[in-house]
Amino acid sequence: MPEPAQILPGTLDLLILKAVSLGPLHGYGVLLRIGQISGQALLIEQGALYPALFRLVRQGLLKASWGTSENNRRAKYYELTAAGRKRLREETEDWNRLADAIAVALSARPEEV
Amino acid sequence: MKLLAYFRSLAGKFLRRSQTADDTDEELTAHIQLRADDLERSGLSRFEAERQARIEFGGEARFKEECHEAMGGNFIDSMMNDVRYAVRMLRKSPGFTFTAVITLALAIGANAVVFAVMNAMILRPLNVPQPESLYAIERNASFRDPSQSYPDYLDIGERQHSFDGLAGYTISEAALDVSNSASTVWATDATGNYFDELRIQPYLGRFFHSSDEHGPNSAPYIVLSYDYWHTHFQDDRGVIGRTVELNKHPYTIIGVAPPEFRGTLLFFSPDMFVPMVNEEQIDGNDTLHSRKDRWVFMVMGHLKPGVTQAQAVAELNSIGAYLAAAYPDDDAKENFLLARPSLYGDYLGRPMKAFFGGLMLLAGLILLAACANLGSLFAARAADRSREVALRLALGSTRRRILRQLFTEAVLISLIGGAVGLWGSMMLLRAMNVWQPIPQYPLHLPVLADPKVYWVALLLSLASGFLFGAVPVRQVLRTNPYEVVKSGSTAPVGRRVTARDVLLVMQIMICAVLVTASFVAIRGLIRTLHSNFGFEPNHALLVDTGLVWAGYSADKTPIMQKRMIDALAAVPEVEHVGLIDVPPLHDSWNPVNVFTDKTTDLRPANAAAEAIQYIISPDYFRAAGTSLLLGRTFTWHDDKNSPRVAVINGEFARRLFGSRANAMGRYFKMPNGERLQVVGIVEDGKYTNVTEIPHPALFLPTLQWPTAQMFLVVRSERDPQQLAADIKNTLHDLDPGLPVHIQTWNGKLNTALFGARAATASLGVLGVLGAMLAITGIFGMAAYSVSKRMKELGIRIALGARREEVLQAALGRAFRLLAIGSLAGLALGILASRVLAFIVYLGTPQDPIVLAGVVIAMALLGLVATWIPARRALKVDPLVLLREE
Repeated sequence: MPEPAQILPGTLDLLILKAVSLGPLHGYGVLLRIGQISGQALLIEQGALYPALFRLVRQGLLKASWGTSENNRRAKYYELTAAGRKRLREETEDWNRLADAIAVALSARPEEV
Repeated sequence: MKLLAYFRSLAGKFLRRSQTADDTDEELTAHIQLRADDLERSGLSRFEAERQARIEFGGEARFKEECHEAMGGNFIDSMMNDVRYAVRMLRKSPGFTFTAVITLALAIGANAVVFAVMNAMILRPLNVPQPESLYAIERNASFRDPSQSYPDYLDIGERQHSFDGLAGYTISEAALDVSNSASTVWATDATGNYFDELRIQPYLGRFFHSSDEHGPNSAPYIVLSYDYWHTHFQDDRGVIGRTVELNKHPYTIIGVAPPEFRGTLLFFSPDMFVPMVNEEQIDGNDTLHSRKDRWVFMVMGHLKPGVTQAQAVAELNSIGAYLAAAYPDDDAKENFLLARPSLYGDYLGRPMKAFFGGLMLLAGLILLAACANLGSLFAARAADRSREVALRLALGSTRRRILRQLFTEAVLISLIGGAVGLWGSMMLLRAMNVWQPIPQYPLHLPVLADPKVYWVALLLSLASGFLFGAVPVRQVLRTNPYEVVKSGSTAPVGRRVTARDVLLVMQIMICAVLVTASFVAIRGLIRTLHSNFGFEPNHALLVDTGLVWAGYSADKTPIMQKRMIDALAAVPEVEHVGLIDVPPLHDSWNPVNVFTDKTTDLRPANAAAEAIQYIISPDYFRAAGTSLLLGRTFTWHDDKNSPRVAVINGEFARRLFGSRANAMGRYFKMPNGERLQVVGIVEDGKYTNVTEIPHPALFLPTLQWPTAQMFLVVRSERDPQQLAADIKNTLHDLDPGLPVHIQTWNGKLNTALFGARAATASLGVLGVLGAMLAITGIFGMAAYSVSKRMKELGIRIALGARREEVLQAALGRAFRLLAIGSLAGLALGILASRVLAFIVYLGTPQDPIVLAGVVIAMALLGLVATWIPARRALKVDPLVLLREE
């Protein structure tokens, strides 16, 4: 397994939105889900997750409610709001455009210039 | 009710806050438990799993704080934290805290006092209903004079349509006799409509109205001021309807004015109000019909709604043109102006505005200097704390958080300083409020602070906190935690000009300006005190006795006056006794138009000069110590049956006749056409105030110009108190009912010099504040630079540097900055000379003594401020220092 990569600044919010869009999750669940969908390739500092979650709640992109986890622990579950869904769509498009552009730029060869 | 709701919402905020904090705690704990569950499943023991989970999670406290911040609304919470931390830091360095708080308290206190006085005197309107539409009418003559003659007042009042109505008043002193004990009182002689035009209701009884006026002496009514009623009648409600004697005439007390109404001249609280139609009984002069005696102190009224000032002025000017055409002998064509009545129109209003503007500016400079001072202290502190800052940065604190902390400290200091300063200024203002600067007059400075003053103090505190708190910002932003932690906090001793140097130079410059200002003021006052008044106030008593008050009629006064003079001249050791109607530098004077002998059309426009007229007895010049330059003074033979004569001053001679020699024996004309022959010339003097330009003056013999108004000047080397007692007894023997007020002429002059003294005192205080700030500033800088360079100094001494060299190394920079700042400040002070010369009479900074004084003062300040640091630098023991490192 390759060494996990530090995520780019600013992409944590996007990853959280994506993870939660697949179904309501508690904080630790978000962490596991990101690991799962990225093939364990992204490293997220565990504690740093919560300020990000709280920020997204404050921006109205997520909503939170208390629930019980599968192993019977009280935990706070997050799910996307309508605004969150919209934001996820926009940010995904932005990201893809950016990634494509960088990919094209990086694949440039001397003879193409 | 509102308050309750406010507390509920505040409580709600805190409750909810702690609830969300619990929430966060629970959530983070849940995370760690869930992770531990997973780890446990992978084979670790529960204990080991939880430990591992905690480690993976990272700094819980830090994330919790970040969570709070992410949720927003934690502002109060983190501010409380900052404040708590700031208090701890400040308590750790009490010396620094004390210096900073005192510096700010002085600076903000000075600003608060100056602002409060300015607010009371200039910004706050009169305490009457709708003060914004109340205007005084002033004549744009040489003095910007709001005074009018009574007939002119009546004509203007009848013809104008711009005002609701015009009321007038003047001020007189009269003798009030309540159940056979006479005392002098200050009265506002008001027109009948005075209270109605001002829209005031009586506190007790009734006011007089226009309908009470039926010609001269027809309205013998008294309205007491609340204060006088309170102090002299002990709040006795039965006083209404009582008959008392005013100048021996029966008057009825009909009402008491409300407590908040103290007349319409801001700093003058009259004891009572009497109708102006009774002027003859109150003042002794029958001037109700004279159009050229402009004794009505001020005329004012409320502008009608919708009438602009310009419209009112245009209408007044057309009335003025009519009056000048109808009464060419008495009225010149006037341009009228409107002004606020509270400070005697622009006459006092303008110089006071200029003075307070200047004072406010200087006070602002003080605050700026204090901020510069504290700014450099803060920068030095921040440099010393670079290790702490670096550590906090390394532990994951953001720079914003650290800056907020520093600002909290700055604002905390500024708020404490502001509170202390405000408290001090309250004390001072309270003292000023009950202060009677001139005991003889019912003066009152209504300077108690109002909410505006509190707001200004708060705003200044906050602004200065942010100002000096902003100084170390760049320093913090540039801190590189790794470098600092690696190498320790020895910041390089740069040769570069640092922000701190600039601040110090700025501060010293401001202080030098302030010191210059106070030197100029003090020099000005000394010169004023030593300037020639045209009389000798030392060893002279002024006896103020109104024959009017004692009920003497016009024909009896000359005989009585002669008897009084003779009686006083017989008192032991009295050298001379003279009589004058109004002494020079009194609060009033009588200007009169004089004409050359050739002039036949005696309208005001043709006057050769406006002279100040005095009526005197033969021995007055000797009693006053005025030197006679040419000719003779009067004798008791200059009476009604002999030729009309006058003594003039040098300026009068110069203006009318070209020279003194030319003036002797020549004639000039008075406005009534009388020809007077000049028989003597006396030296010039000061007549209206000490700052006036030379005025022509004219002296007339009392037997040719009888007057009931009189002051007796008694010259004697005797102890003034004993002499005063003798004078009182002597006059009492002549007439027991005569009210007598005696004071030394110097004491009397305090009135005339009050303005100059007050100005000097305030500038002096600001100068001292400036000097103190300069000392703390230089001291702080010098002490800091010595403490930073202990090691270097130690090495220098170890290598055999001489004392001068050590001092040069330690303090050379401080002295250079001091020199630069002082010179710049001095240059600025000289540039500001126009402002200063305006504030202070006879003050000019281009005076070698002032210049030398400022330079010496600044050098002394530098010496005082660097004394302790210099001693510390010289005492450096290289061995101790080197061992310590």
